[in-house]
Amino acid sequence: MAGNVWIVGIHMTKFGRHPTLDTVDLGTEAIRGALADAGLRMRDVGLLAAGNLMGGGGSFGQRLQKQVGQTGIPVFNVANACATGATALRVAVMAIRAGETEVGLAVGAEKLSGAGLLAGGTRAEEGDRWSREGRYGAVAALDGRVGTETMPGVFAQIGMEYGHRYGGTSFELFARISEKNHAHSTLNPLAAYQKRFTLKQIMNDVMIAYPNTRPMCSANCDGGAAVVVVSDSKLRTLPIEQQRRAVKISASVLTSDPWQDGCQILPDINTLTRAAAEQAYEQAGVDPEDLDLVELHDCFATAELVHYDNLKLCPQGGAVDFFNSGATWRDGTTPVNVSGGLESKGHPIAATGIANVWEVVTHLRGEAGHRQITDARVGLAHVIGLGNACGVHILEKAVA
Amino acid sequence: MAWCGGRVSAHRVPLVDYLILEGEPHLVAHECLACGARYFDRRNGCAACEGAEFRDVDVATEGELRAFTIVSSAAAGVPVPFVAGVIDCGGTAVRGNVVNIPADPEHVVLGMKVRLTTGSIGTDAAGVEAVGYGFEPAD
Ligand SMILES: [Zn+2]
Repeated sequence: MAGNVWIVGIHMTKFGRHPTLDTVDLGTEAIRGALADAGLRMRDVGLLAAGNLMGGGGSFGQRLQKQVGQTGIPVFNVANACATGATALRVAVMAIRAGETEVGLAVGAEKLSGAGLLAGGTRAEEGDRWSREGRYGAVAALDGRVGTETMPGVFAQIGMEYGHRYGGTSFELFARISEKNHAHSTLNPLAAYQKRFTLKQIMNDVMIAYPNTRPMCSANCDGGAAVVVVSDSKLRTLPIEQQRRAVKISASVLTSDPWQDGCQILPDINTLTRAAAEQAYEQAGVDPEDLDLVELHDCFATAELVHYDNLKLCPQGGAVDFFNSGATWRDGTTPVNVSGGLESKGHPIAATGIANVWEVVTHLRGEAGHRQITDARVGLAHVIGLGNACGVHILEKAVA
Repeated sequence: MAWCGGRVSAHRVPLVDYLILEGEPHLVAHECLACGARYFDRRNGCAACEGAEFRDVDVATEGELRAFTIVSSAAAGVPVPFVAGVIDCGGTAVRGNVVNIPADPEHVVLGMKVRLTTGSIGTDAAGVEAVGYGFEPAD
């Protein structure tokens, strides 16, 4: 078994609207920030994993190197839906575990403000002559005719399905999850939105896909995040202050969607998340009760609920009671999304996975300022990408 | 979209390959010979067991609404609001709109019984009508 992998540098840009910056600017800012945080240079890095989903082109990492240093190291350009950033980190961790390098760098950046709804494929002009296309032999676009392909709609159904199976859900319950995350965001200066909403405001806002109103949906925005990871032996060569701030990656897990009845009809985001969580707890030797904070993929309020259950923060079927107990507020037993989550911190897709890790790391280092979770020692960062991919990282404060 | 019974005509085509209009309209699935997993799209292989042989099976036309959403914001050209759902048709999960019901959570209820219905989605330049499917309340 290889030794530990440590985070020694991490950075996220302010999330939000950056009209004058492109993805390379955002990625560069994130990398420079992470390297500075680590006290390292690009020439110390042995591998770069880079994620960008919507920018087009498959050489994002190489484009970043042209701004931060072309040192000839291997570059892995990764794309894995909303799990892209976590996948980049996973690649860097694997490289260190495999002994391929002592220092790995992972980055994700995305320009998403004003992107609107991320829907399924639409189809060229119809009506001249019906002709069959694609694997369903469809003569017309299916979105809206055979259910919905929009993300808010898909995740709305996932939350409703949970409610149907276990009971206790309501429009108001989902809205209260959003109320929590927006309240948390007021303490996060890097969040895209730092506005507290009343429950009434959330429920009366524009309906996107029942039961998700606009504030209950992730905020499309621009942003970048990067992380520097090192091996045990490299860590020992770093200044003592860097060693003290180092955060151990106790588990780094990536799963994909195993076949489940009905998963072709409605994506099953549960089974792969449960599997990722189980593997992560096992790898880390950590129990869910040990977690001091959790950043999970609340791309919609309906998704946050099911992930309480999937990440085993509560007994199976107990997510509603768990939320109602107040556990997931920042003063609760298992604070969830104290950053504001994707609903208010924002969701620049490829940056999100690393940004979730950044939030946890910042608390474990005791550097989270006004929103610091007191004495945080262990945290979990989770993301999911439809298709499906799930990344879970468990992080622990250095004992030194 | 007009929702009606399934009258058969030479001038009609189904919206998707898996919608059968002849006789009582129904859906047909590709069922894996080895493990019984069901799929609606053209398949190269079975995601559950790696099998590569399938047979066509009729899917029950009545079912229970297992999940739904009311979509108020969609891509350009998609009429809103509409009710999208997942229907459990005798053990087979089916995606479809819930129709012939007001699009609000007072009327659309999880667990409600629904049945397959068909409706025109338009006529092309040659006068051929395309027919889609949805699910309506079954009393
Ligand atoms: Zn099979």
